[in-house]
Amino acid sequence: MSAPPGPVVELREAAVKLGSRTLWTDLTFSLGSGEFLAVLGPNGVGKTTLLKVLLGLIPLASGEVLVSGIVPRRGNHELGYIPQQRAFDQNLPLRARDLVRFGADGHRWGLPLRSRAYRERLDEVMEAVGATAYADAPVGLLSGGEQQRLRIAQALFGDPRLLLCDEPLLALDLASQRAVTELIDRRRCDSGTPVVFVTHEVNQVLPYVDRILYLVRGRWAIGAPADILTSERLTALYGIPVDVIKVRDRFIVLSAEHHLSTEPGSHAHHDQGHIH
Amino acid sequence: MGVGYYLQFGFAQHALEAAFLVAASCGLIGPFVISRSMAFAVHGTSELAFTGAVGGLLVGGNPLVGALVGAVIVAGLIGTMGRRPSERDSSIGVILAAGLGLGVYLLGFYHGFASEALNILFGNIFGVSTGQIVLLAGIALAVAAVMGVLWRPLLFASVDPDVAQARGVRTGLLGLIFLFVLAITVTEAAQLVGTLLVLSLAITPAAAAQRLSASPTAVTGLSVLFAVVSAEGGLLLSFQFASVKPSVLIVAISFCLYVVSRLVGPTVVSRRRRRTLVVEGDEGPDNLAKLQRD
Repeated sequence: MSAPPGPVVELREAAVKLGSRTLWTDLTFSLGSGEFLAVLGPNGVGKTTLLKVLLGLIPLASGEVLVSGIVPRRGNHELGYIPQQRAFDQNLPLRARDLVRFGADGHRWGLPLRSRAYRERLDEVMEAVGATAYADAPVGLLSGGEQQRLRIAQALFGDPRLLLCDEPLLALDLASQRAVTELIDRRRCDSGTPVVFVTHEVNQVLPYVDRILYLVRGRWAIGAPADILTSERLTALYGIPVDVIKVRDRFIVLSAEHHLSTEPGSHAHHDQGHIH
Repeated sequence: MGVGYYLQFGFAQHALEAAFLVAASCGLIGPFVISRSMAFAVHGTSELAFTGAVGGLLVGGNPLVGALVGAVIVAGLIGTMGRRPSERDSSIGVILAAGLGLGVYLLGFYHGFASEALNILFGNIFGVSTGQIVLLAGIALAVAAVMGVLWRPLLFASVDPDVAQARGVRTGLLGLIFLFVLAITVTEAAQLVGTLLVLSLAITPAAAAQRLSASPTAVTGLSVLFAVVSAEGGLLLSFQFASVKPSVLIVAISFCLYVVSRLVGPTVVSRRRRRTLVVEGDEGPDNLAKLQRD
């Protein structure tokens, strides 16, 4: 698949409202082929809403948004969506391969009648994420890391032009976090598929990130990690004193004020040994 | 006077035909009822078939048509009042109580044999006329056709709603259509086993099937098979043991199938679990290295 000319995602002075509340305004940025954009910010600032705008599920209140040059609408099958891990019921009659299949044709009407070429491609995608061994296992019996590999296979099965990830690493152990992030990044490197990655915890993805979009209560900043993750920029964004400390390769965001508890680095992943 | 004797009669043949139609539809929707956690919706709509049937008896002397019209109204009410999953069960409870009260009130105006109205609570498969068979067949075909068209997106929306929505599936609309299909199927089934025992065809076979397979298509197939075996088997047994109501025997067979599936099922599932554990065991550095290599 050759990369299309021009940006894959373009927002111009975009604003979005949920009910009467304006989440963000004047948001302008574009995302080119092969770019990795991390979207950061506290809860409720509209990170997931941004993904929904790109998916065509929520319209803009004003401004313009284009995905592959057209206004997004519901059911754009050029987009791959990777959600956060969720608990499946142990008895749910759904095998790993069934979940992955949804990514290609789950939206289509009618009974599933599949060709040999389809099954071979499914096997390839399962192999690519290392899920072949548990392809026939019920999803409810898989670990979080195994499930998230399936999510990537599910998104890749649709051969996406853009990957939208909504906290896919939440509640995963460190090894699975790395494996999942590397799989996403491999698609980006191999096919030039740009990635929009919503996360609380920037350090997990920092080695791959080209730019950060940082949203804070209606305000935003975008740029390279080294430019955004500074005490000055974040203090300006939050409007209160914020300190950014770099420890080896990790950024730690601290605030004297207690209510900033959803900062990257201070999110409650105690198992990862963060400094709070 | 055994099975062979009764099979000469039209009422027995009609009963077997009706049982097949009703059971097949119930078996088809069962897996979705479970994965969408709609057992209470099944219970609610089936009990309200009583109210609809009484209304039908009063207006035109036709309990089946009354129950079907009632089912559509009930599905519409549940669909509008219980739009959010968190409030669905409570609104079904509210509608169920109000509807049953209405049914009891209406029953006071009915001066025919009370047994005709009470039949709907426990089922009366032997009263099925040729006209009703045609109606039941039409409904069963319509249910099968709608489920065939909806199957894939409905499965997607039921087990993976967030991603389904992201992929453009209209999960809310599909849920509403399924609610109507469910209400009509369940009302149809109430004719056979009675409103109180509908779950034996709409839940038990699917629950048994889930114990034996994790494949959505296999589970649906097994669910239909178990429902049909229960319904037809129960009827045939009732010819042999005329003192027991067929609905009781239908429930007994479907329950036995469930118990056997539960006993046999864990070996199927644990085989998968073992395989899964082996994979999980080497997740970590080894597996990562493997990923980096390829």
